[in-house]
Order: sequence, then structure tokens, then C-alpha cells
Amino acid sequence: MYDFLLADTARVLPILVVAAVGIAVILLDAFRNDSPSIPWLAGAGLVAAFVLEGFKLYDPQVAFFGQVYSGGAAAFANMVVLLGALGSVVLSVPYLKRIGHNYGEVHALILFATVGMMTLASAGSLITLFVGLETMSVCLYVLTGLVREEKGANESALKYFLLGAFSTGFFLYGIALLYGATGTMLFSEMVEGLAVTERTGIFVGGVALLLIGFLFKVSAVPFHMWTPDVYQGAPTTLTGFMSTASKAAAFAALVVVLARALPVDLVAGEVQITLSVVAAVTMVVGNVIALAQTNVKRMLAYSSIAHAGYILAGLAAGTGEGYGGALFYLLAYTVMNVGAFGVLAALEWDKEQGAIQDIESLAGSGYRQPILGVTMGVFLFALTGFPPLAGFIGKYLVFAAAVDAGLTWLAVVGVLASVVSAYYYLRILVVMWMKPETDAPEAARQPFALATSTTVVLSLCALLLLILGVMPGGVIEAAQSYFDAGAIVAGR
Amino acid sequence: MDLTWYLALSAVLFSIGVLGVLLRRNAIIVFLSIELMLNAVNLSLVGFSQGFGDVHGQILVFFVMSVAAAEAAVGLAIVIAMFRNTLTLNIDEINLFRG
Amino acid sequence: METLVRLILLPPLLVAAFNGMMGLFMPSWRKNEWLIGGLALAAVALPFAVTCSLFFGFEEAETVRYFTWLAAGDLSVDFAYQLDELSLLMTMIVTGVGSLIHLYSIGYMHGDDGFWRFFPYLNLFIFAMLNLVLAANLPVLFLGWEGVGLCSYLLIGFWYTELKNSEAANKAFIVNRIGDFAFLLAMFMIFKTVTDAPGFTGTFGLDFATLLAPETLALFEGSTGLWIALLLFIGATGKSAQIPLFVWLPDAMAGPTPVSALIHAATMVTSGLYLLARLSAFVLLQPTAMAVIAIVGALTAIMAATVAITQNDIKKVLAYSTVSQLGYMFLAAGVGAFFVAIFHVMTHAFFKACLFLGSGSVIHSMHHVEHELEHKGLIPSHHGGHGTPHDSEATQNTLRHNPLPYDGPFDAQDMRTMGGLRKYMPSTAITFLISTLAIAGIPPLSGFFSKDEILYKAFEYGYDGHALGYVVWIIGLVTAVLTAIYMTRAYLLTFEGKPRWPGFMDVKPHESPWTMTVPLWVLAGLAVIGGFFGLAPVVAEALGTHSWIHEWLVGHGDHVGPVAELGHEVVPSHAVEWGLLGLGALLALIGVGAAWFGFRFGERGPEADRSVRKLMGVFYGPASKKWGWDEAYDAAVVKPIVEGSRKGLAPFDKGIVDGAVTGLARSVRGLAGVLRGAQTGVVQTYAAAVVLGVVIVVALMLFV
Repeated sequence: MYDFLLADTARVLPILVVAAVGIAVILLDAFRNDSPSIPWLAGAGLVAAFVLEGFKLYDPQVAFFGQVYSGGAAAFANMVVLLGALGSVVLSVPYLKRIGHNYGEVHALILFATVGMMTLASAGSLITLFVGLETMSVCLYVLTGLVREEKGANESALKYFLLGAFSTGFFLYGIALLYGATGTMLFSEMVEGLAVTERTGIFVGGVALLLIGFLFKVSAVPFHMWTPDVYQGAPTTLTGFMSTASKAAAFAALVVVLARALPVDLVAGEVQITLSVVAAVTMVVGNVIALAQTNVKRMLAYSSIAHAGYILAGLAAGTGEGYGGALFYLLAYTVMNVGAFGVLAALEWDKEQGAIQDIESLAGSGYRQPILGVTMGVFLFALTGFPPLAGFIGKYLVFAAAVDAGLTWLAVVGVLASVVSAYYYLRILVVMWMKPETDAPEAARQPFALATSTTVVLSLCALLLLILGVMPGGVIEAAQSYFDAGAIVAGR
Repeated sequence: MDLTWYLALSAVLFSIGVLGVLLRRNAIIVFLSIELMLNAVNLSLVGFSQGFGDVHGQILVFFVMSVAAAEAAVGLAIVIAMFRNTLTLNIDEINLFRG
Repeated sequence: METLVRLILLPPLLVAAFNGMMGLFMPSWRKNEWLIGGLALAAVALPFAVTCSLFFGFEEAETVRYFTWLAAGDLSVDFAYQLDELSLLMTMIVTGVGSLIHLYSIGYMHGDDGFWRFFPYLNLFIFAMLNLVLAANLPVLFLGWEGVGLCSYLLIGFWYTELKNSEAANKAFIVNRIGDFAFLLAMFMIFKTVTDAPGFTGTFGLDFATLLAPETLALFEGSTGLWIALLLFIGATGKSAQIPLFVWLPDAMAGPTPVSALIHAATMVTSGLYLLARLSAFVLLQPTAMAVIAIVGALTAIMAATVAITQNDIKKVLAYSTVSQLGYMFLAAGVGAFFVAIFHVMTHAFFKACLFLGSGSVIHSMHHVEHELEHKGLIPSHHGGHGTPHDSEATQNTLRHNPLPYDGPFDAQDMRTMGGLRKYMPSTAITFLISTLAIAGIPPLSGFFSKDEILYKAFEYGYDGHALGYVVWIIGLVTAVLTAIYMTRAYLLTFEGKPRWPGFMDVKPHESPWTMTVPLWVLAGLAVIGGFFGLAPVVAEALGTHSWIHEWLVGHGDHVGPVAELGHEVVPSHAVEWGLLGLGALLALIGVGAAWFGFRFGERGPEADRSVRKLMGVFYGPASKKWGWDEAYDAAVVKPIVEGSRKGLAPFDKGIVDGAVTGLARSVRGLAGVLRGAQTGVVQTYAAAVVLGVVIVVALMLFV
């Protein structure tokens, strides 16, 4: 009678692995406080989960009566999340040691947040969606406030927590309305449920509120205001984690909701209008405010808002190409942003969280640390959308999907907004490579040895961006195959 | 009793919660207002669940309650850390980061 | 064939990576100038040799496909390269002129701290440019297009320690990106049009073969096609420095002179024309777009020519001259003579590269003069100011006897400090003169044939019943005279007459090393004979032959080339053609004669500018202010917005980019200031924003 249990457990095995390793880390930390083997354990767990997900990439399944999707698009998104988490764990080790907060719990929290993200990205029902979202969020609130002696970190954590919980309220209300309109929590039964009750008004309202929850998590304008403040105050490598993995998970879940839970005419109608308006405003506002920033971390925070806008443009298209393009974009974005924040973490010179990462303090750092200089060049050009790096392919896919869906105006706005973005990305490079070292404050110029692990991760990220840019073939095909008309019906 | 009454009460409570978040200055009160929003939604969920004779709404309510508890734990920890450093709970005065 | 294309494409890339990495991580490597330069040169010379063999053994166009780059839905783009008449010709120019300039740079950059950085950038540029011209589809072309933009950026800002150089680099990059994104949009629209067509099946990779097939072209009738053509043209105006996006090119002269010769004269700036020529069959379908191209080209040509007359910086003269000549090429494209545009691209590559390299040689030796003068204390040293022992007295005395002919510090690029250099640098002078006469259009040098063909095509277009043809033809004629005048002026001011730098009795410039003069001679030779590849039809007929370039690019008999041309119903008679040929030669002679014997720039030096000023009357002032383009950008875009938001502006560093780009940047920053104001740092503001967002989203979902 309970045969299904074994099969279904196997389908969510990667999530369970990460969760188990998280618990193991906590236990290990309890007996060997802040043991140096903790990051190794955490990393190994993430790698194992990554490999397990890899096997499921072309094998979409449904588990636990439709509560969870496994494999296929969920596996793709989970791999992106795991990649972000893995990069952040490795980059965090030397960074946290330097700021004197290399607690074992950090890694446990990263793992639990990852569990939340994976659950979110695999969600097949509103309940799973909510549980995943909150597991992720609660862990991230704690990680943000990690450096608890700092006012800045406290402030970030408090803002994140209050606003995050506030937006959860709307999200939950959306869930309640959707449930009320359809009588089911399962994505796959919503359209039928709606046909029975015919409560269309409540349904559309529910969709609106649910969208708001998602738009908050991916920091779309005007729900973006927490982003710069939180990113600035959080430990830099963890900012990289938050800005990539959590966004990837939230976007993946949003894609699943759009593709599998909502009626087609709604997606092509009201949802498209709403998402395209939000996408346009997000791209413009994110890039424009980023221009005016002198704190690099904050600049990258606004840049991540802008990138959410680009991805939303792909979602607004409402087609398989758009969704697949968005998934590819998430992969590229995760790699480049983890890298960029990693470089920033290595170059950060004063212990104070979020206080001073002034752009001037990077002056001449390209020559001092060629590895950081070169890889940062790759990351920034990828963020600008420069061919043949992966960022270009991502932009190409989402904008092409938008044009294909008749949203040419949106592509025009996006393309112009990214012209603006070239200006501030370039400024970082100009400072790193073209300003004399003497422009930087004395304290920023202390020589330091780059950890080998950091070098390896950054080089791999840069290499991956190049490979994904030159030979993205299979990845794009995989990402787009999940949302072919046939695949969606089969997934139900 | 008609489902509409439950929904109306839920909506009113939710709005009170939203207004509390927007208007109150004390971080803890703001957090309590958020809790009010969550519980208002719980009321809707239970109402719908009852209306459909379906248990899923009730299940979600349990999850919401446990999440709210977890949030309370984390939130209060953050507030305490904050208070230690700044000796204030007034969220108007917490604006180191802006622009 | 695949191996051969690899041999063309990969050496520059690999050597760039090798030299770059070695230099970056092993500071001791940086001293091996000959090794670095030699490797870099070999990495361009080898592709040149391969291209030559392909070129001379050419039988039919081939496409080489490596692997799939982008595959998404019905999009499937290959990394594919196309070897046909057009791409081989461009590859010859890029690698041939590129090799010469690499050789030249070894001499020019000798002793520069950044020597090791210079050659990887240059190699990378060659790689990107080869991608651009060899691409078999638009996305790969775009890859090269962005790549050359990046290298141009790196090389303009090469001496980045001077703020104005990195400003110029930023300006170039950002202005170019405006054009690039017009290009990108054009690609999206092409893709959408083709894949949305009824009966479309399979995949489309924006490849030229499919795009230019008649059945595909038929899809682009109507306004979509027009928009695409215009967007492509905007893309081309960015890269090829046409109105209104030309403002970056004069500033780009901040880069080392070999860069100006290679990138900003011979190759990269012509890529816009290459794009139009490649898509000529497409563009020809859009008469309105063609008219726009012709008008913009003609206006750019004459506008830049008038500015060039007023400039004193030798590189600025050449820069505006380049803008003007590019305008000519667009004029040719606009009247449907794409092959003539490419012909002019070729001849221009020869003589303009020679002129730039010649100016580099002059600047090189004038820098030497500057150092000598500083050493002797004849001019204040700009390294530290009052360091030299015999500063004040000697300087004062010399300058009293022989002051600088203008206010301000000694400038090695200012023609007013030059004069009489022919005696000291004969090779440079003679090659510069040859190229000057070539660009002026003195027969039978190369510029005569290509320019005359452009003017003839414009006339022919007019003769066929398009009044516009006559208009651009007349503008072209005036520009031809102006060109002859300003180039002769530049030659005379630099090389003839009396020396004008302070202390010229004691301090003598000298000729550059062989690495620099050999490329000059080769290019000058090409500038002499280059024209014979494209003889005017009547001349060719009289000689019993035909125009090689027409046959090669457009086709002849059975052979159909890759470039389309506009057919004409009525063509002028042979007598008219001969007359026009004579008119062209006469105008060139008038121009050169006016500068040489009329204004007498040789004897009178900069004094002669007064006569020019008198002649040009009211036009001189605006022209010398470059027709106020930079200011116009400022005033039109910036002022209204900036005034209102000065508060948001103040804290940020000003002037990373000046002129146009600062304008745009400032207005955007003004907006940023306003938006930042909303980011108060108080949680409740953010919560209020969320509520506002809720209202907006719910309204959009429920009521729109």
C-alpha cells in the first residue's frame, strides 16, 4: 500500500540529501564547534545533490500526489540553486574567516536555505510553494544578520525580515484566494477546479496577490526597495548567494505557476500585461539608480534588480521560448553574480559590513590581483550582455522571446536599459584597471594572498560563462524543452 | 453561516494588519501587525476549507502557524540584536542605508 | 577548408591570449619587445598568407560550419564562416594592412610601458574583425561587431593615466552601444518576420544565404522591412561614425596612432559599410532607407570636411577626414552602388592608413623634439614643471625669439609647431604627399578612381530620374574640393615651409626606424596602384578591359557576386562620362592648387588660415567649433533635465565622459537622483511602496 513512498522518496532524494547534510553539519558543529571540516561536508552534500539532480534532468516526474515536481525543469532550477550555493560556500570560507565569523552554523543555514529553495523550485502545489518559500526566507533573514555586532547588519536583517514577512502576508492571501476559487492546492488541478466553481474574480485577485509575493522575492520594482539595503549590509559572499540562488528558485517557481497552474488565456492576457509593465519599470529603474551608486556592492544590488527585469521580460512572453530563456538566463546570472560578489568579497578591505565598499577603493586592483581583475572583467562584461559570454545569450533569448510574443516595445526598453547598464559596469572596470593605485585609500592597498579555493571558483565561473556563451547548445535546448506544449500536458 | 462573513472578517483583519505595518513605529508592533495579517488569512483558509469540505486548507493553516512561530523566533532575535546596538526599536531611526 | 579558416581565425586569438597571460602574470616577460611584437606580427601575417592563397585560388563561395552556437525553438545559429568574394577582399585588407601596422607598431611603441598590453589588444582586434567579415550569419557578425568595439575601447583608452583618454574610450564604447542595440533589435525583427511567415518550417539561423534568398526577401516588403533597414543603418552609423553618432571618432584619436590607422581608419569604421554591402540585396528593397543613407552620408561628408579645414591637430584633421570619407562611402551605398563603397573602403584603407602612420611618424619625432626641448630647458617640462636648472632664463629668451605660434603648452600633434619636416624625414614626407594626392583625387592615384566612381554613380542615379542623386552629387563635388584643400593644407603645414618649433636651430627631428618607414612605403605604393582595380567603365572600355572590382563583387556574365547593385534604365552617354571624369580631376587639381599656390600654406604657414577664414566667411566659425554637435547634445538632452535635478548630481564624479555621452549620462543620473530620493532607508516607506505595488498589480490584473 505504501509502495509509492519509496519511489517518491527517491524522486526528492536530492532535497533530502541536502537536508540531511544540513542536520549533520549542525550535529558536527555541536560536538566540534566551528570545525574546519564543516565546509567540506557542506560542499560534499551540495555536490552530491547536484549530481543526483543531473540524472533527473531529462526525466520529469510527479511525486507525493502532485505536491512536488521532480526532474525536468525542477531539476534544472535545482541545479542552478545548488551551483549558486556551492560557489557561495566555497567563497565564504576565507571571507568569513577574515571577518571573524566563520561559524559552523553558517553552512548549516546555507544548506537549509538551499533546501527551501529546492522545495520552492520543485513545488507542485500551493502548500509546497509556501513551505519552500518560508524555509528559504527564514534562513536568509538569519544569514543577513550574521555579523550581529554591526548596526548595518542588524538593520539589513530587520528590514529584510519585516518586509519579507509583510510580503508573505500578501502571498499567503493570494494562496487562500486561489484555493477558495478552485478548491484545490495542486497546480495541476487548478484550471479544472476553476471551471467548476467559476469564481473567476477571486481567482484573478488571487493570482495578482501571488504574483506580488513572487515579485517581492525576485525584487521587481516597486517591490525592490529592500534589496539594496539588505544586500549592502549582508556578508558579501552571502549577498551573492541571496541574489542568485533565491532568485533562481523564486523565478523557477513562478515559471511553473505560469506554465502549469494558470489558464492559458489569463497568461496571455492580464498576466502578460502586468508582467511586461513591471518588467519594463524594473529594467529602467534598476539600471538608472545603479548609475548613481558609488558603493560597488549597492551598485551590484541595483544591477540585480535590473536583471530581474530582463528575466521578467522573458516570462512576460508567456511562451516556452520565454520560460526556457528565463531558465537559461538564471543559470548565467547565477554564475556571473556569484563570481562578481566573490571578487568583491576578496577585495573588500575593511571589516565593517556594508559601510565602505567605495568604488575608489578598487583603484588599480586589477594589476595587484590579476586573477580578480581578469575574472571581474569577464563577470562584468557578461552582466553587460557582451557576446560571446553567457549573459549575452541569456539576454538574446529573453528579448527574442518577447519580440516573438509581440512585445517589441518591451525588448526596445530592455535593450536601451542595458545600454545604460554598460556605463556603470564599465566604470568598475575602469577603476580596477585604469586608475592609479594611489587613488585607493591606504588600508585598501594592503597586499593579501588570495585563497586557492577562491581562485579556483572564480576561474571556473569565468570559464563557465565563456563556455555557456560559445557552446550553449544543449543547455538551451534542455531548458526550452520543458515547456513545449506536449511536455506540460505530460507533466500534469 | 454564510462563507462571505468569514471572508469579510478576514479581509478586515488583514487590512488592519496592513495599516498597522504602515503606521506603527515600534518594530515589535509592526511584527505583531504582520502576524495579524497571517492569521487573518488563516481564517479565510479555514473558511474555504470548511466550504469545500476539503482538508488541504486546514493543513496549510498548520504550516502557517509553525512558520509564524519560526519567524517570531528569528524576528525577536534580530530585534534584540538591533536593540543592543542602537538602543531603539523605532524603525524611523533605523536608516543607515539609503539612496 | 575548415583547417584553412582555423588558420585564419585562431592565430590572432591564441597569440593574444598567450602574450596577454604571459605579460600579466610574468612581469619579466614584458621586456621581450621583439618576441612579443614578432609573435603578434606572425599571428596576423600567417592569416594574410592563407587568405592570399584562398584569394588567388578562388573558385566559388564556400561556407564553413563548425558547430551550433545557439539553438532555441526555431532559432538555430551556427558558428559558420563564409568565404566569398566580399569576405575574402575584406579579409585581405584587414590582415594585409593589419600586418603592416603590426610591423609599424613594433617601432612606434618601442619603450612604452604598455608594450606588452598593446599587442594582445591589437591581435584580439584582428580576431574580432575577422569574425565580423567572415561571418556567415548575423549573430556571428554581431559577435565580431561587439568584439571590435571592445578592442577599440581598450585601445583608445590605452594610455589611460590621462583622464581625457579614458573619457574618450568610454564615449566611444557607449555611443557605439547605442548603434549596437539598434542592430540587435534589427536582428530580432528579422527573425520574427521570417519565422512568423506562413509556411515556415524548420529552423532559421539568420544566415545570409537564407536571408538574402529571393523568397525570404519577399517577406520584408512594407514597413517592417523599412524599419529593419533603418535600424541596421543606425547600427552602421554608430560603428562607421556617421551623423548623428560620429562624435566619438574624433575623440578616439586619443589612442596610439597605429590604432587610429588600423581601427579608426582602415578597418573597424568600415564595418558599417561592410554590413550594408553584405545585406545589399535587402537594403535595395527599401528606397526610403536608401535615400536616408545617401543623405546622411552626403551631409556627413561635407560637414566633416569643413571641420577638417579648421583643425590644427594633425590627427584631428585625419579623423574628420575619415568621417568625411566614410560619408562618401555611405553616399555610394545610398545611391545603390555598394560595390563602389567597398572599392572606396579598400583604397581608403591604403591611403588613410598611410596618412595616419605618416602622422604617427611625425608625432613620434616631434615627441623627440619635445623631449630635447625640455631637456635643454627651452620649454617648460610637463613632468614636474619647474625642475630643470636652466628653466626660467633660457626658456624666456628662446620663447621671446621664437615663441610658440599659439597659446598653451607645446603639443607634438599641433601642425602649427611643425613645418619643414620634409628635410628631416624624407620617407615620411614623400609617402604622406603621395597619399595626400591620392585622397585629393589626383589621377591616376587610387583615390581618383574610387571617388570619381562614387560621384559618377550619384550622377547616374540623378540622371535616371532621382533628383536626390543630383543633390548628393553636388554635395560630393564640393566635398571633393574641400578634401583636396584640407589635405594639401595638412601636408604643407607639416612638411613644407620653415620649421616653427622653438629652438629649431638646435633641435632637429629625425626619420623613424625602418620598421615604421617600410609600412609607409608599401601603403603608399598601394595607394598609387589601388585604383586600377576599379577602373571607371569608360576608361576600362577604352583600355579594352573591365572594372575588376565590379566583376569580382557584383558579377559579370555567368559569375554572380555577393553584392547587389541598383540597375538603371537610363544611363549617361560616354561623352558625359568622360566629361565627369575630367571634372573630377579638375576639381582635385583646383583644390590642391588653391591650397598650394592660392593660400600658399607652404610659405605662409598657419597665417594662411586667415585667407581660408575669409573665404569660408560665416561658415568658418561654426566649422571650427565642429558645428557644435557635442554642445547640441548637451543642450537638447541635458539642460532641461539636469537643471531640475542638480541636487542628485552633485556627489558623483563628473566628466567620466564629456559631450554627448555626458549629456545622456547626466540626464539619466538626474533621474537616478530623483529615484534615489524615494529610497529613504525607512522600512515603512518600503512597505508603502509594496502596498502601492499591490494596488498597481491588482488594478492591472483586474481592470485592464
